[in-house]
Amino acid sequence: MLKTQELTLNMGPQHPSTHGVFRCVLNLDGEYITKVVNHTGYLHRGLEKLAEARTYTQFIPYNGRLDYCSGMMNELAYVMTVEKLMGITEEIPERAQYLRVIMAELQRIASHTIYVASFSLDIAGFTGFMYAFRDRDRALDLIEAASGQRMMPNYMRIGGVAADVDENWFSQLQKLLDDMPASLDEYDGLITGNEIFQARVKNVGIVTREMALDFGFSGPNLRASGVDHDLRRDEPYGIYDRFKFDVPLGEQGDTFDRFVVRIKEMRQSVNIIKQAIKDIPEGPIMAKVPKVIKPPVGEAFHCIENSKGHLGFYIISDGSTKPYRTRIYSPCFVSLGFFPIVAKGQHLMDAVVTLASIDIVLGEVDR
Amino acid sequence: MDIFIKIAGALQDWLMNGMGLSVTASELIATAVWALVAILFILVNLIILVWMERKLGAFFQMRRGPNRLGPAGFLQFPVDIVKVLGKEDIIPAAADKPIYKIASICAFVTTICAFAVIPFAKGMVLEDLNIGIFYFIAIGSTATLSLLMAGISSNNKYSFIGGMRTVAQMISYEIPMAFSLLGVVMMAGSLRLTDIVEAQQNMWFVIPQAIAFIIYFVATIAETNRGPFDLAEGEQELVAGYFTEYSGIRWAVFFIAEYGNLVAVASIATIMFLGGWNAPFGLTFLPPFLWFMIKVYCMIFMFMWVRWTFPRIRIDHLMHFGWKFLIPVSIANIMVTGIGIYVYRMITN
Repeated sequence: MLKTQELTLNMGPQHPSTHGVFRCVLNLDGEYITKVVNHTGYLHRGLEKLAEARTYTQFIPYNGRLDYCSGMMNELAYVMTVEKLMGITEEIPERAQYLRVIMAELQRIASHTIYVASFSLDIAGFTGFMYAFRDRDRALDLIEAASGQRMMPNYMRIGGVAADVDENWFSQLQKLLDDMPASLDEYDGLITGNEIFQARVKNVGIVTREMALDFGFSGPNLRASGVDHDLRRDEPYGIYDRFKFDVPLGEQGDTFDRFVVRIKEMRQSVNIIKQAIKDIPEGPIMAKVPKVIKPPVGEAFHCIENSKGHLGFYIISDGSTKPYRTRIYSPCFVSLGFFPIVAKGQHLMDAVVTLASIDIVLGEVDR
Repeated sequence: MDIFIKIAGALQDWLMNGMGLSVTASELIATAVWALVAILFILVNLIILVWMERKLGAFFQMRRGPNRLGPAGFLQFPVDIVKVLGKEDIIPAAADKPIYKIASICAFVTTICAFAVIPFAKGMVLEDLNIGIFYFIAIGSTATLSLLMAGISSNNKYSFIGGMRTVAQMISYEIPMAFSLLGVVMMAGSLRLTDIVEAQQNMWFVIPQAIAFIIYFVATIAETNRGPFDLAEGEQELVAGYFTEYSGIRWAVFFIAEYGNLVAVASIATIMFLGGWNAPFGLTFLPPFLWFMIKVYCMIFMFMWVRWTFPRIRIDHLMHFGWKFLIPVSIANIMVTGIGIYVYRMITN
């Protein structure tokens, strides 16, 4: 007897477009999705627990493993939280502050180019992938030149940064900044302006303003839905209040907006770095912090505008050399909750695009 | 360049007179030799095409592409094939084994069959059928079956979806493809491919049938499952589509069939629209066979260019595009061609 039935499709953990080891179980009616169940945890390394067994300084390199596309910013969030806990936020030298901003924005460019690349790959535009990776590599080369490592920089220090950079480095950076707008135009021509691309991503995976707020979206995902919120401008940390930059917004919160907002954000990052290069003073790069870091008993939460959204660290100190508890607020994990709801009723091909559009990194989802 | 024809003629002559075989037997042997030549032709083209695809892809992506084995990495693919031969032939435990095994062979056989009617130069054709183009389209349709067999017999959900997509896509794009060729057939007044080429001695059909040419170009990309219409493979959703479970040489046979198809459809485009082996602008210093191959490779370059530039289209957009745009336009093209021919005859008579 012939009958129709739903197909249960297991997507992941090994799948080309789940961006790592994310697994979801899809119920398919033909090729349309009727139900999605998220399964995370395949990359769980217990980073929060590891932090409890490490001293404050020892945990810095672990941050690179958190969201491995934006190591600098993770470290920045962590060290700023510890500085807040120790009460030395005001003592960070000027040059270190500027270097932190330059590195963070450079990392944001690297992270967003990876987004452009992987998004382009997820709709099978392999050529776009290569163009974006070309520019990402230049940004990573600069990070490598400064810190010694491309993706896991271990550059931020409690009280400053690990190493200074020289004139040659700045001239290399200047070259990248000069070329970047042309490269971004190239993405617009090759990817954003493409008819097939627009047909694929416009009106797909719409997250309205209300939904975005309910899902707890942050960062570019939130701004793509039209919510004008950027921690760098609204609650400036470090020296972000000294820079002038726009906060690009999307209109209706579909995947196209989420893509375009990120390209526009890269333009703003270039803008910020240019201002920082102009103003950067000479001077020390480390504040005078004790060799053994023992923050006073207490707790601190600090949140920065990561490339993926709000990355927060919540650290409780019991006065010893190791934190009593470290909690990581991960933007990717929070954003991922939208997938079962938005993907419902979508075509299988759209679901892949929808998942790609929120820019998840499984290292951060599973921690 | 009719050296091939002379060799074939000499072979047949030798079989009949030298060996004392009957006419039927000698023709059978000669046909078998020709078939072997066709397979060799596909394989030689395959090596060039894979190299070209990799180099062009690299060029479009600012990479170097293969550059280790042989001059400019030319030997990369032969070595790859040797590697593939050494791979374990994995057949899933729950697969429908007989169908699983013959699916890849079927795909290859249909490709070779298509070459039977393609004239590479005057007289250089295995079987100059009087319904040549009809035969080509019919054989092209059966290729769908082998992909469906692979998709269903693998007992894998990704393969299954890939197989289903293949059927939907290839059947709906066969219609605009056939319709676009119909205009040419009307102008040439014959279904025989050599006649169609002869009819283009003064003007290639790409000029009066420009719309048909574009429709044919788009439809064949879908027919050969190449980007941006490679939905049957759909790596990002379906891992590898219908051949997800295939490994080793069975996978390679699918791969060979795919490129063989590419040569076949590019050849048909050359014959139907680009004047076949006729030299353009009277540049007859190159032999007709070479002209034919140059045109085929120009077409293949176009296919590759498109593939490495565009992202993949969504399946419902593909269906809409096929049924709501390509088919009406191709039917309109047939109508306009018919009226044009009618008017032309009225004037000339």
